[in-house]
Amino acid sequence: MAVPVQLEPTNLTPGPPAVKPVAGRSLWRIAWSRLRKDKVALASAAFVILVVLVAIFAPVLTSIVGVNPDEPNYGLLDPNTALPAGSFGGMSSHHPFGVEPLSGRDVFARVVYGARISLLVASLATLLSVVLGTVMGLISGYVGGWIGGLIARLMDLLLAFPLLLFAIAIVAVIPDSAFGLNGNTLRLFILVFIIGFFSWPYIGRIVRGQVLSLKEKDFVAAARGTGAGSIRIMMQELLPNLVAPILVYTTLLIPTNILFEAALSYLGVGVKPPTSSWGDMLSTAAGGLFRVDPTFMVVPGVAIFLTVLAFNLLGDALRDAFDPRGGG
Amino acid sequence: MAGFVIRRVLGGIVILWLISVITFLLFFLVPKVLGSNPAILFAGRSPSEAAVAGVTKKLGLDQPIVVQYWHFLAGIFTGRHFDAGPDKTWCPPPCFGYSFKNSEPVWQEITRALPVTISLALGAAVLFLLIGVGIGILSALRRGSVVDRAAMTVALGAVSLPVYFTGLVLLLLVSYQWRIFPNIHYVAFLDNPLLWARNLLPAWIVLAFLYSAMYARLTRASMLDVLGEDYIRTARAKGLPERTVVGKHALRSALTPVVTIFGLDLGSLLGGAVLTETTFGFRGLGKTSIEAISTGDLPTILGVTIFAAGFVVLANILVDVFYAVVDPRVRPT
Repeated sequence: MAVPVQLEPTNLTPGPPAVKPVAGRSLWRIAWSRLRKDKVALASAAFVILVVLVAIFAPVLTSIVGVNPDEPNYGLLDPNTALPAGSFGGMSSHHPFGVEPLSGRDVFARVVYGARISLLVASLATLLSVVLGTVMGLISGYVGGWIGGLIARLMDLLLAFPLLLFAIAIVAVIPDSAFGLNGNTLRLFILVFIIGFFSWPYIGRIVRGQVLSLKEKDFVAAARGTGAGSIRIMMQELLPNLVAPILVYTTLLIPTNILFEAALSYLGVGVKPPTSSWGDMLSTAAGGLFRVDPTFMVVPGVAIFLTVLAFNLLGDALRDAFDPRGGG
Repeated sequence: MAGFVIRRVLGGIVILWLISVITFLLFFLVPKVLGSNPAILFAGRSPSEAAVAGVTKKLGLDQPIVVQYWHFLAGIFTGRHFDAGPDKTWCPPPCFGYSFKNSEPVWQEITRALPVTISLALGAAVLFLLIGVGIGILSALRRGSVVDRAAMTVALGAVSLPVYFTGLVLLLLVSYQWRIFPNIHYVAFLDNPLLWARNLLPAWIVLAFLYSAMYARLTRASMLDVLGEDYIRTARAKGLPERTVVGKHALRSALTPVVTIFGLDLGSLLGGAVLTETTFGFRGLGKTSIEAISTGDLPTILGVTIFAAGFVVLANILVDVFYAVVDPRVRPT
């Protein structure tokens, strides 16, 4: 007799309460629930938002504190050495991060304004490289053939290139005014272009790898079966599946680009003074001042470090949250 | 195998040629398009009119761009005469251009800077390979332990620090405050190996701090991937001792991507660790290039950039060949 052994009925009949949580667990929802539990991720996200707000409202913030990035305060300097009078680089309630040696300009205001340059260049450059990287990665992965191979080789080569040397060379041949722009506006434009152009392979390689595996999936075959063309498959079938990895690597590319901008400014090929940038402040300190006034070197250095670290932590957390192999 | 190597070498030569074309165009065409005279750039900051005319004649800037490029390319193999009337200059092969600012062939500047850059890159590479890969393996084997978490926290901090900031802090402490390494400057290895190592050590540490962190992260990730593979489970199931499983089976495939990245990194470090050289005042390839910018010495920047690109391409080829030797699956491509 084929009478089944009576099992506990609750295990057999999938009641609504057991199904409901499963239905809503899209990749994004899983990632969000993981992120919400990740204290480090939340803290770094809060810090990133803080830095962005500081950059946007730099003029408001400095006027509240009552400081100005360009105004010299010779009275705050030791008349014999031209170094800030008082300990820790002349820190005081009026000048929370001290003042600059030689000129007495307020370091807090200069760091706050430096955040603007840093974030502006890094985010615009990242935007450029994400667009370039996604397009090139899609083509390289989906179209394949010799074009795909060529793009892949190009990405490998660019990733390994002595970027700083090349960037320096480009800046060296660009005159003071071009494309109807001049001065720091032109320099910002060039910085964004150079950094964006050299860093798209980071995104491109990720997108290519994802596309190579996605395009073998059934849903792509199904789309092709319904007569969808290559462009439509790339835009409507593949791209939505690429949003999560692109988001993760965009978050990780921003700190790289912040470091890139700071490095170029440090080498003297970034924006020119009096516009302040973190790299330029460190470069001034590196001229010898760091020995006699370490505060002036530590403040912009720590600003770079904390900002880059926050973005890196956030990027790592996002990657873990979107990792299908991860727990939680 | 031989065919593969030959194809890769030929491919590398093509890429190198493309880079030289792009760099050349960058230096000769971009200024022209943007409305500045390359002769002025090549003669150095604010030269006289006669100097500009002289440089134009000497460099053949009045000739078509293709002819100019050909002269540059041929100069690398056969040497080159820069003549303007009675003013004759001979640039022996390999001629990577002539610095009118310093009155010497660029090749001479490169050969002077190269030992500095090589010392810096190789010393740091030994350190960061040992430390970075070591920590990475340890972290992967003890995943989630205190050691792993501490190492990865430090590593994430280290990759977020710019080398010049670490460099300045280290210089401030060891060179000026504690005076353990006073008066840091480059000493040739053959002149005094001890002083060579002592003066380079802080710079090695700074570079190795950053790269160890990157390699620890990379090695750990790669090792964890491999340890999750079926063949490792099989090896363990066979009852092989953990030493053999890790040392013989896992390590071999886990380190392959590390070696690839290492080859590329070494190539790019040999092309000039610009930031470290600048911070420590070592006149390697990177600092030579930076100094050339501030003096407006374009032939030097052009020559150094193309030369450095050569290192990267060479490293690329070596990595590909190495890959083919270690991993037979790559060969047919």
